[in-house]
Amino acid sequence: MSTTTPPKAIDGAIGYADERFAIAGFLRAKSKKVFGDHWSFMLGEIALYSFVILLLSGVFLTLWFKPSMSEVVYHGSYTKLNGVSVSEAYDSTLRISFDVRGGLLMRQIHHWAAVLFLASTMVHLLRIFFTGAYRKPREINWLIGIVMFTIAILEGLFGYSLPDDLLSGTGLRITQGVLQSIPLVGTYLFYFAFGDAFPGHDFIPRLYTIHVLLIPGLLLALVVAHLMIMWFQSHTQFPGKGRSNNTVTGKAFFPVFLIKTNAFMLFTFAVIAGLATFAQINPIWLFGPYTPDSITAGSQPDFYMGFLEGALRIMPNWETNLWGHTVSWNVMIPALVPLGLIMTGAAVWPFIEQWATGDRKIHNFADRPRNAPFRTAVGMTTVAFYGLLWLAGGNDIIADKFHVSLYATTWFFRFTIVIGPVIAFFVTKRICLGLQGKDADVLHHGVESGKIMRLPNGEFIEVHEPASEEEAAVLQGKDLLPAPELEEAEDENGVPAPSARGPLGKVRKNLNRAFAPDEVSVDGHGEGHHETGPHDDEQLASDGVETGGGKAISRH
Amino acid sequence: MTDNNENSDVTPEEEGRVPKRVIGTPPSVGTQELLPREEPGEGGSGYVLDEKKARSAERVAAFFFTLTFLASIAFIFFYAVWPGHVGNIQRATRSNYTLGIALTLIFLGLAVGMTIWVRHLVTTKEIVQERHAISSTAEDREAFNEFFQKGAQESGLIQRKLLRRTLLLASAPLGLLPLVLLRDLGPLPEKKLRHTKWKSGTRLVVDGTGQPLKATDFNSPGGIITVVPEGAENNLDEIATSAVLLLNLPVDQLKIKKGRENWNVGGIVAYSKICTHVGCPAALYEQTTHHILCPCHQSTFDALDSAKVIFGPAARPLPQLPIGVDSEGYLIATSDFKEPVGPSFWERGRPKA
Repeated sequence: MSTTTPPKAIDGAIGYADERFAIAGFLRAKSKKVFGDHWSFMLGEIALYSFVILLLSGVFLTLWFKPSMSEVVYHGSYTKLNGVSVSEAYDSTLRISFDVRGGLLMRQIHHWAAVLFLASTMVHLLRIFFTGAYRKPREINWLIGIVMFTIAILEGLFGYSLPDDLLSGTGLRITQGVLQSIPLVGTYLFYFAFGDAFPGHDFIPRLYTIHVLLIPGLLLALVVAHLMIMWFQSHTQFPGKGRSNNTVTGKAFFPVFLIKTNAFMLFTFAVIAGLATFAQINPIWLFGPYTPDSITAGSQPDFYMGFLEGALRIMPNWETNLWGHTVSWNVMIPALVPLGLIMTGAAVWPFIEQWATGDRKIHNFADRPRNAPFRTAVGMTTVAFYGLLWLAGGNDIIADKFHVSLYATTWFFRFTIVIGPVIAFFVTKRICLGLQGKDADVLHHGVESGKIMRLPNGEFIEVHEPASEEEAAVLQGKDLLPAPELEEAEDENGVPAPSARGPLGKVRKNLNRAFAPDEVSVDGHGEGHHETGPHDDEQLASDGVETGGGKAISRH
Repeated sequence: MTDNNENSDVTPEEEGRVPKRVIGTPPSVGTQELLPREEPGEGGSGYVLDEKKARSAERVAAFFFTLTFLASIAFIFFYAVWPGHVGNIQRATRSNYTLGIALTLIFLGLAVGMTIWVRHLVTTKEIVQERHAISSTAEDREAFNEFFQKGAQESGLIQRKLLRRTLLLASAPLGLLPLVLLRDLGPLPEKKLRHTKWKSGTRLVVDGTGQPLKATDFNSPGGIITVVPEGAENNLDEIATSAVLLLNLPVDQLKIKKGRENWNVGGIVAYSKICTHVGCPAALYEQTTHHILCPCHQSTFDALDSAKVIFGPAARPLPQLPIGVDSEGYLIATSDFKEPVGPSFWERGRPKA
């Protein structure tokens, strides 16, 4: 510690590498890099470490798994299926589960890691969205994230379809039905994908190659790019005392972040191992092998496919037949529209925001969601849309557990899928503005101290303390959206520039207003504080004293 | 805690009522960051540990690292000695628990130990670091532009039109080749989706056992059974299109469509089991209402009324298979389905039947 030279072994290794790759200079710069601290920065790390687990446990499983749809008669340790004709894929998965030591554990680890990977990816994505961390210069990393999320859903679907059990086979049947419904090319896509009739013999081997080579390779490349860009650009940081748009506050990569992130990786591993030990997942021996004419009631896909399942369930049965051709709106719309809306919407959002606000600045501060009411409201609209579709995917379970009519649940979701997101939009926006009002109130009048004081004239007041420096810094960190560029589009007489007169210009102007609506000022005289009225039971304030929205006086 | 509060006259009880930080923002001040932020000295030292506390933290971390070590040994023991080999469900379950618990402890011990280490024993200070510029300097940009233009000129591609155009021509079809190569992934659909294995005279055999079925044997009212064409019992591809639900319905309640008068045998009717929505087996049957329900997306069909859709996302009734009885009394199909079974597709068009 006191010496400035590392132990001989390390010094030797560094020296060896340095003489070949100039590694000391590289490491010197990198090891001092500062990483900010925030719990929400760890969501992406969960995804990253789940991915590591997926690669490792996946390799283990490939050593025994046989991606083949050839029929064999099962004679293994699971005696209940003895003598049953199953596919080699199913047979080998049972073998991994019951005849390979640690096989069941690894299967469950692999499946749980996949669930955690998707779940943490989703929450990570929401965090980035709601804090505006996708803004310049991080748009490309946002896009990479969206692509990874999309192909990870496919990867999951393909993965749990490999064992050729009844549950996943039903999922493949639905996939085939959806493929077949695509106008013009549907039947061709179906025959090309399956190599012949459904289920055929080609599909699982093909899925296998895609699942273990193509998509993981793509994901790995994208993960590396994602991390390198993240490293280059650094995390965003929340506003706070002593923080600025051009600095990062935190501790150095070496040693602090390095130990922390490894500890976190091990926590992720431990949680996955714990889940795999105690929480059974995908017990394919209970489902049985796939046959196209069998099914179990209450079939549910993995959670990340649930929203598509829900969309299929609540869609009205529209189909048109024109000029000898059939278009299955009842299949096409639910299969393509929700996924397309959410993913495309997310992908173009940063660019829409830039276009509407004219904001081309570098943003290293993360927004607090309340400070961007329109964005937060749109985000919650999407969450409501997705969440309702997801719930609709379990409407049979809901009907069963809550003893309501199955059809009633369908009708409920048919209506709420339209109304729910709209309500979510307006409620979220009001909540955001209310919270902004509260922030403004704290800045102007301080926080309630709970101290009641009696004035000489007999009046009772509650003393307000000014907000602490740290808190005030957070509250003042609101990034006011610029609208100047659009104002330029009007001349001094208020006549809009030609570019703002077209339909696109009008859309832009409206969007611009939406992004910066009734702003609650944090440093001037905001309109916010009348929203936080007094409680009736603490009507201690009197007239004539400074009215902070009816609140007691503040002590400045 | 904060300078601000120390200077104010707030008593400790009251301090709890003052929001210390806003949810969703980083904690303002932690215990280790009490020292002023400044550029760290070489090696990042500067924060001094309380040696007594550090010793106890070290012992706790050491305990967890030892736990990991012991759990690793336990893992090997559970793998090789007890419960060791798997081979039946009980042993597999036991093995899963023991190996899983050991593995969880291996990771958990390391994770907790490292967390204690980094929180209590590392002396690195928090610092404020300048973000480096995201973009290159203007000179770099300019120099690159110049260099690029010069290189483009030197390459000759700008002046030599023929070279440029034929190069573009040559690369244009390259993207097409992989698509051409994929043509043999599967056969063309042709008319395959319009036909099933059923034809006139094919016996209905019970799914699973392969036994042919006599009308007189299938006489319990409200009975339901899945049948497949004889000879296709073990062919999943055929079953996927030809699986049929055989139902014994009360003749007096049966609403027979025009042209389907002789498609049933004394109330025994046969509907395709493949849902017209996306192809799941429509396997649930409610005896009292005579509704057929597909458990995937809850399309519901009225078995009494030509399996027409009464709820759910399916757009069309389940196709009906015309059935009769052969000379030996066995149930047979009297033709193939009169319309394609299963999910809709572009070329399908309006049903003929």
